[in-house]
Formats: sequence, C-alpha cells, structure tokens
Amino acid sequence: MQRFSGFSLLRRGLSGHRDWQPQWRKPEPKAAYDAIIVGGGGHGLGAAYYLAKEHNLRNVAVLEKGWIGGGNTGRNTTIIRSNYLRDESAALYDHALKMWEGLSQDLNYNVMFSQRGVMMLAHTVHDVQVFKRHVHANRANRVDNQWLTCEEARAVCPLLRTDDIRYPVLGAAFQSRGGTARHDAVAWGYARAADALGVDIIENCEVTGIRRDANGAVQALETARGLIQARKVGVCAAGHSSVILKMAGVRLPLESYPLQALVSEPVKPIFPCVVMSNTIHAYISQSDKGELVIGAGTDAYTSYTQRGGLHVTSHALEAICELFPMFRRMRMLRSWGGIVDVSPDRSPIIAKTPVPGLYVNCGWGTGGFKATPGSAHLFAWTIAHDRPHAINAPFTIERFRDGRLIDEAAAAAVAH
Amino acid sequence: MLLIDCPYCGARPELEFVYGGQAHVARPRNPAECSDEQWADFLYWRDNSRGVHAERWRHTHGCGQFFNALRDTTNDHFLATYRVGEAAPALERVARPRT
Repeated sequence: MQRFSGFSLLRRGLSGHRDWQPQWRKPEPKAAYDAIIVGGGGHGLGAAYYLAKEHNLRNVAVLEKGWIGGGNTGRNTTIIRSNYLRDESAALYDHALKMWEGLSQDLNYNVMFSQRGVMMLAHTVHDVQVFKRHVHANRANRVDNQWLTCEEARAVCPLLRTDDIRYPVLGAAFQSRGGTARHDAVAWGYARAADALGVDIIENCEVTGIRRDANGAVQALETARGLIQARKVGVCAAGHSSVILKMAGVRLPLESYPLQALVSEPVKPIFPCVVMSNTIHAYISQSDKGELVIGAGTDAYTSYTQRGGLHVTSHALEAICELFPMFRRMRMLRSWGGIVDVSPDRSPIIAKTPVPGLYVNCGWGTGGFKATPGSAHLFAWTIAHDRPHAINAPFTIERFRDGRLIDEAAAAAVAH
Repeated sequence: MLLIDCPYCGARPELEFVYGGQAHVARPRNPAECSDEQWADFLYWRDNSRGVHAERWRHTHGCGQFFNALRDTTNDHFLATYRVGEAAPALERVARPRT
C-alpha cells in the first residue's frame, strides 16, 4: 500500500501524479476463504479490516453486489453522534465515536471527521422534557450532551430562527463531540486498508444462495461469480439483510423502507454545526464541498426501490425553510434514496444467528453510518470468537422473543 | 407519490392513505396459550418480501376503510387491491406491471 502523507503527495506531484496505484485490487474470487463478509459498505469492509488486523484472519473476502461506496454508505447524511438514551446504546455508539476520533490515523486515510457538534431542537414541552432526560442519562453514561437555552443555541448556530415560527424553538440538546465525516472516504479508506492486509474485495458479486452441511452449518455461498466455500459468513447487507438471511432459512424482525436525502448547490461555508429537529422533521449540515446536506424521513411503505415520494422530501424542505429562511432561494442539486432495515425497537442486531457459522449485523435502520467503526469492530470480534463482545451482547435477535428490547424509537433524531 | 386504487373509491393519491404493514397477520386467538416464539412472531417478525408483498392500507382521508393490496416492492407497482376478508388474488390472475 502506498502510504499517504504530505511528503508522498509532494513527491508524486513532482512526477505529475502519474504513479499512484489503485487503492485496492480487483481480485478474482478464490475457491475458499476462512471468512466471508456479505456487503461491501462501511460496516462490512470495516469488519473485514478488523478481522485481518486484530484477529489475524488474512484469508477473508468481502462480496459486494454493486460497487464500493454505492450503497447506504454513500447515501446517508454523514452525521455522527452518540447521545442515545439507553445504557446499552450509549455504550455501543460511544464506542464507535471514540473510534472515529482516531480513524483517519488508523487507516492512513483522511475520512474528514469533523466534530462540529450536533444540535437537536426542542419545540414543545414534551421535547424539552425528553431531551433533558437524554442529557442526564448521557452524562450518567459519560457521554457528553448539554442543554442549551434558545439564546445559547443561536450563539452556536446564528442562522437559526427560533421565534415567529409555527413551532418556536424552546431550547436544544447539543453534543459537541458529534459531527460529520465524508462517507465515501470511510468506505474507500476501509477498502484500501483491508486490501493492504490481504482481504479480497470482490465487487459485482451478488450472493444468490447459502449452502449448509448436514449439521446445518454454513458451508459455501452461491454467487454471481461461482461457488465460494467458507465456514464463517457475516452478513452486513443493510436493507437486504432479510433477503440474504432467508437463503439460510432465517427470518428477521426487520422491515425495509426507503429513506431519502438531498443536497443543495454548493455555497461558501455558512453552516457551523449539524441541526436536527424531530418535531418539525428535518436535519441539515453543510459538507466540505459546500452543499447543504438535508435528510428527509422514510416513506410510509416497505420497498426495495431506492427511491421515494417527492412529498417526503418537500416536507423536509418546508421545515428547513421555516428554521432557516435564508435558504429559501437555494436550489437543490440531487436527491436519492437508500433502503434501510428498521427493527421494532430501532436498535441494531449484531449477533450470531441460529445457523452455525452465520453472523448478522443489521437493523441499523435510519442511523447506521455513525456507528460504522464500532459496529465493524464488534462484528469482527463476534465472528472471530464465535460469541458476542460485551458491548454487543444485548443486541441479539432473541431480544425480541425475550422482551429485552432496547427501545430507541424516541431517541432517533427525526421521527421515521 | 403512489396512486392507490381503493376498492371502494377508486384511484386516489398516496397522501389520502395510511400504510398498515404486512397483511394477513392474524392475532393469536388466545395469547396466553402462545409460546414466546409464537407471540414474538405475531408482534415483530415480518416477511419483508423483496417482490410481491401483501399489505394493508387504510383510506383514512377518504372512505376510512381498511383494505389489502398486492404490491411489487422492487418497483412499487400495485398488482391488485382487494377488500378485507377476501383472499389475496392468485398472482397469475393479476396484471403484471410495466417494468
């Protein structure tokens, strides 16, 4: 792997930048691997990277149906925070946030992680009570989160209109360690680092079946590029997790919905943090390219189309224009949808399945990007040890049978 | 926005409807006799079909009636809508959508 540094940039600049290598190989799939990850998003590539780096499993492949960075890793709104209510969630998401803080150095790849702060607006008495409860719960879990009065919120984000709107802003919860990262750099950085450790990243390789031996354990995957043997298979297929797991006869408590986002034309730096509003339903930040990145809600119905209704995005834009009237004349450049796998308690599943050798990392719903390094790290640990790490031990499939739900439905930044 | 053919009122825009999740999920008649697996299956486990999906809709801002629909979740085309209590139409009898 060619390491990136100021010096290497200068040296290759002198030769016209003609001697950079591709960042990962395009290998043909081998007949067998020690472990295979299905799904080449951030969570899957990261899991392969940590399997190779921390568990010394070098004969690993990542199978991706499309191309690296083309799925939900490249479709989210790049927001990172860890101010979740429940103890289990706070431990999980803060594990990820701590890993974000050193990720660029670890990968030798600038993921442009920016701790610009995440502000969640309260518009009703109920919002105020819920967010204050979150602030206290977070602080008890050593996760930073603070209550801002209206004036303090405007001091952080001067563009914010708090009065003279249909739902005036009464205050906000603010996590200053939260922020954004460049999402496709996360996928590329993990792909490059995993490849350097010998992981085969195989794009355009859809999994079509899962073969099991006489004991029911995973034996091989049928793919668009032939049969590949593996005794350990980890599925990180986001919205398509149900489809993949059904191939092994495993049903999941998930439903897949389209979630839309859009960006504006690029403008000069104007927006200092991330702002979210659950009640009037919008979230917004500004990318380093200058586009306003705006997230809308999920569509009402389950779908695998990667697109949704225009009324859903219009609704988000109406809320943005109410909070930030100066953006009313901005033009939107692109909009898209991703398919998110929503679990009944809005918490993920990182667990073993009833099938020996088959592991699943799914159910991230509308908020998986923020957890990418932590999720990948814990999933690799679970695959390598054939048992969950203490942090992801509560995030089983069986919790829905046993009534041990980790209810974060009210903690989602935006009501989906 | 979807155009949904209410079996009582005809085709109306999606905004008039509320989605009701997977159809034909029957509540167990005697929950006390269910195993944990059976009860969890009723509460949380869903087919999440990629392809033809039987689902409930309610024409909330119209006639107010619940009804069921067959929709292809790979392209969001409705294949059929039918009244509550009726069985889902056989797939070979419903028109295949344009793709």
